[in-house]
Amino acid sequence: MSDTMTTSASGQPAAAATETTIDIRNLSCTFSSKRKRTTALSDVSLRVRAGEFVSIVGPSGCGKSTLLKIVAGLMPPSDGEVHLLGTAVTEPQREIGFAFQRAALLEWRGVRANILLQAEMRGMDKRRAAERADHLIELTGLTGFETALPHELSGGMQQRVALCRALLHEPPVLLMDEPFGALDALTREHMNVEMHRIWRETGTTVVLVTHSIAEAVYLGQRVVVMTPRPGRIDRVYDVDLPAQRDYGATMSSPAFETLAREIRTLLGASGHHG
Amino acid sequence: MSDLASHPGTTTASPDGDHDDERPDRRRAAERARQVLSATWRPGLILVLLWVGWWIVTAAEVFPAYLVPTPGDVWATLIEDWEMLAEHTWVTTYETVVGFVLAAVIGMLAAVLIVYSPTLEKALYPLILFAQVIPKIAIAPILVVWFGFGPMPKVILAVLIAFFPVVVSGVAGLRSTDPELLDLSATMGASRWKTFRKIRFPGALPHLLSGLKVAVTLAVVGAVVGEFVGADEGLGYVLLLASGNLNSALLFADLILMSALGVVLFILVEAAEALLIPWHASRRQGVPLTTS
Repeated sequence: MSDTMTTSASGQPAAAATETTIDIRNLSCTFSSKRKRTTALSDVSLRVRAGEFVSIVGPSGCGKSTLLKIVAGLMPPSDGEVHLLGTAVTEPQREIGFAFQRAALLEWRGVRANILLQAEMRGMDKRRAAERADHLIELTGLTGFETALPHELSGGMQQRVALCRALLHEPPVLLMDEPFGALDALTREHMNVEMHRIWRETGTTVVLVTHSIAEAVYLGQRVVVMTPRPGRIDRVYDVDLPAQRDYGATMSSPAFETLAREIRTLLGASGHHG
Repeated sequence: MSDLASHPGTTTASPDGDHDDERPDRRRAAERARQVLSATWRPGLILVLLWVGWWIVTAAEVFPAYLVPTPGDVWATLIEDWEMLAEHTWVTTYETVVGFVLAAVIGMLAAVLIVYSPTLEKALYPLILFAQVIPKIAIAPILVVWFGFGPMPKVILAVLIAFFPVVVSGVAGLRSTDPELLDLSATMGASRWKTFRKIRFPGALPHLLSGLKVAVTLAVVGAVVGEFVGADEGLGYVLLLASGNLNSALLFADLILMSALGVVLFILVEAAEALLIPWHASRRQGVPLTTS
């Protein structure tokens, strides 16, 4: 294991060898209102292997969120198709966990009850769901807050509850749309460390959409960089950081810094990144 | 060792120890009393001032007694005729409550239909608006012609007048659902009914309860208006009777009972609100309408 990383413009050399979990083929998406047509996505193709962690970065309005919604089956694409776990996506997918930018918790439910919403909606076995919820509460450090209502929690804790809810049914695929975007820098770092640990423990396939280059590189095995309107895949970087990551050491490692700088330059070149 | 053993013994044996056990309870009771007092002294003061003003006006005989009775006269009427008044109050209460409950149920159903079906929204909204803008007093005589002097026309009037705020608040509440929660629900494979039961409806309750608070006070108006037009019992009927006989004491006593009915029903809906949505922001820092 070296600290070096390889970058490639398109490549995923091992893709053929392992199982493909998400297969995005020539996806395009156009919104039309009375005044104008906006192309959110243009000819996006991407394969995500089972158990892989893929980060997607890009400037605002590059269609990252739209891409996730299409993968989840929450909206139809204008063109192209998505296959999830081998079947074409035509309706909302149940085999996924979804985490949003805002925690989107039920105000009237405590932490545990909010997590168990997932089980109630799916009709999961109650005892198993309860055990799993307790395990996740422990894993994310929410022990002692089981009955606390959302308004009594900090933003970081609310996001952890949302994460537990997304993971309750042990989904093979986890889709995250800027889940830590609303948090302060310090809480965000903590959440990144926790997210990395949870991913390693669960082995879930994760697609993370983010604004933060640091977050994308720290968490992702691959980083997909997108261009703004119309959203296209600009480049895909392979990240080669040690699996056991210490946050501070990773952030200041030359490998991390080189890659982060390269992505920043690319984003700067492709358009206005604020 | 001996110190440790004797200490608890001495504290429980001494009279001071007994006080120590009771103090938290007493303190809590005192705290509650202070809360109730701080919530009620202002409206209480206003009522007392009104009463004093009323008393001064009548004592100075600014108006003749057949126009404005003294507080004492009204009180005497309330005491002497309490049996008769209680009977009529019960009739109006019954009409109001039945009307309110029906308005709540019909209003909520209409709200659900409007939110879930754009076709029904287009069909129902003009109808509901029409039912709202038509003067209720104008249709009261027709209702009496159709349904007679019994409670039926009063209940119908109470429903007609009370259900509009329920529909409007219900629609606003159901529409206020976070779209991300609906997306989430879809990825959970939840049925429409489950989504409604666990996400949309509980989320609509704060709006809905505001509407119900308005509706319950309007239901009283509906019932009384119904009684004005044609009735042989109820507070509205007594009011007409009293005004016909120039019995101002009875008139005022009747008015007081009507207001009391509205206030009590309003407080009941508010109590339901406290039970149903203790989590909502509006209930976290006191209730604007009952506390200071």
